[in-house]
Amino acid sequence: MTGTVWDIFILLVKVVGVFAALMVTVLLTIWLERRIVAFMQTRVGPNRVGPFGVLQTLADGIKLFFKEDVRPSNADKLLYGVAPVIMMIPAFLAFSVIPFGFAFGSERAQLADLNVGLLFVLAMGSLQVYGIVLAGWASGSNYPLLGAVRSSAQMISYEIAQGLSLVGVFMTAGTLSAAGIVAAQQGDPLLGFIPRWYVIFQFPLFLVFLLSGIAETNRAPFDLPEAESELVGGYHTEYSGVKFALFFLAEYLNIVTVSAVATTAFLGGPDGPAPDFLPWLWPILWFAAKVFFFIFIFIWLRATLPRLRFDRLMDFGWKVLIPVALAWVAVTAVVLVVDVNLPRPVLLGAIGVLLALLLLSFLLPSSDKEKADRTAPGGSTP
Amino acid sequence: MTTYFQAYGTFAALLVLSIAFVAVAFGANRLLRPNRPTPGKLTTYESGMDPVGTTWSQTQIRYYVFAFLFVIFDVESVFLFPWALVFADIGVAAFWEMVVFIGVLAIGLLYAFKKGVLRWA
Repeated sequence: MTGTVWDIFILLVKVVGVFAALMVTVLLTIWLERRIVAFMQTRVGPNRVGPFGVLQTLADGIKLFFKEDVRPSNADKLLYGVAPVIMMIPAFLAFSVIPFGFAFGSERAQLADLNVGLLFVLAMGSLQVYGIVLAGWASGSNYPLLGAVRSSAQMISYEIAQGLSLVGVFMTAGTLSAAGIVAAQQGDPLLGFIPRWYVIFQFPLFLVFLLSGIAETNRAPFDLPEAESELVGGYHTEYSGVKFALFFLAEYLNIVTVSAVATTAFLGGPDGPAPDFLPWLWPILWFAAKVFFFIFIFIWLRATLPRLRFDRLMDFGWKVLIPVALAWVAVTAVVLVVDVNLPRPVLLGAIGVLLALLLLSFLLPSSDKEKADRTAPGGSTP
Repeated sequence: MTTYFQAYGTFAALLVLSIAFVAVAFGANRLLRPNRPTPGKLTTYESGMDPVGTTWSQTQIRYYVFAFLFVIFDVESVFLFPWALVFADIGVAAFWEMVVFIGVLAIGLLYAFKKGVLRWA
């Protein structure tokens, strides 16, 4: 009996601990984003509240609790209130399957090792689009409605690519479980220094996952649902107070979750050289470092790239990302089936680099004919 | 079996915690916020102008063909996940079966491409 009580106690400590760590990570991410974007634009950024302005996000969050909750009179009362909750809860739940370390003694450093693993993260990610679409529709206003329409377009263009990009990882790892995928990426380095991380053997899928992850989290250059220079605030134009804070929190939680999934599936999760001193701490530090590396990429892209046009965004999803992902799944399948003398990881890595170069060639300046094809379609764009 | 329930139990605990978080946030906001609605505040925002036309206005959904394709390919990816898991065990047979399956869908996508439905009219 004491065993059960102890188990429940441990479980509560872990749940609350992860919850708190996530909140702190989100606060840090928002602050980092404002500071880094500021430096990239030769501004200073928030630097008054706390050391280097770290507490600025906290101050903003507390401020929002004191703000009036203005609901437009022609909004749908129930759905208007429910939408931010639908955004928020999957964002929290998605993180529960990610292993953020290896073990504390006998306890796993992971909330729940579901056997469906990363599939669960994908499921939670696709639930969130309901939050956005409902928020946009329930506001009873034109700009949010356009944001909602765009959001569903983005979802149907990028969700498949995101799912397909993990199929290659599942094939090589032979499991859906996040802990299993991390375990499959451990082992002796190839040629003595190349880690067995899937970023090398599944490089094209890594790119596809990253791009579709950015689109799924509605971040620049795919931030059409909330394009502030076109749609005021997009789907959250009519939101204020704590409801707005929940949207904001959910958006940044998504960034953290997508970064964590990318870390788990492609960068070996908490894998990394660990000295004997405090052996439980190093994996967590490695994991945090990799997650913040991805968060930095998110911020960097936002500061660098202009927003894509709506139809080109859909084109990119359907004509580049999905075919590339499908093709790479096929290549992985072939490599896993045929008998070769070369080690399979090396073969996959070599083909991957070739395909990645092909993918990057899409970024080269296009010819005049293509430019003519890319002129805006007639009429208004939603 | 125990681990199965433990895993989903943790998941349930996190669900309860996040619902509690939302409830506390909404409750605190209700206690702390001022509430002074005016007719101007309660109209929808259209960059300072009075709202034009009806709300829930009709929009041309130009991507509805994409939506059909999405359903097809989403189902495809649902089939791909279990296939990816058992692939290593079954081997060549699984490979050729999926080649046929994806091949049919790929031809469909190519056909859609050629018919020009992947371009906005």
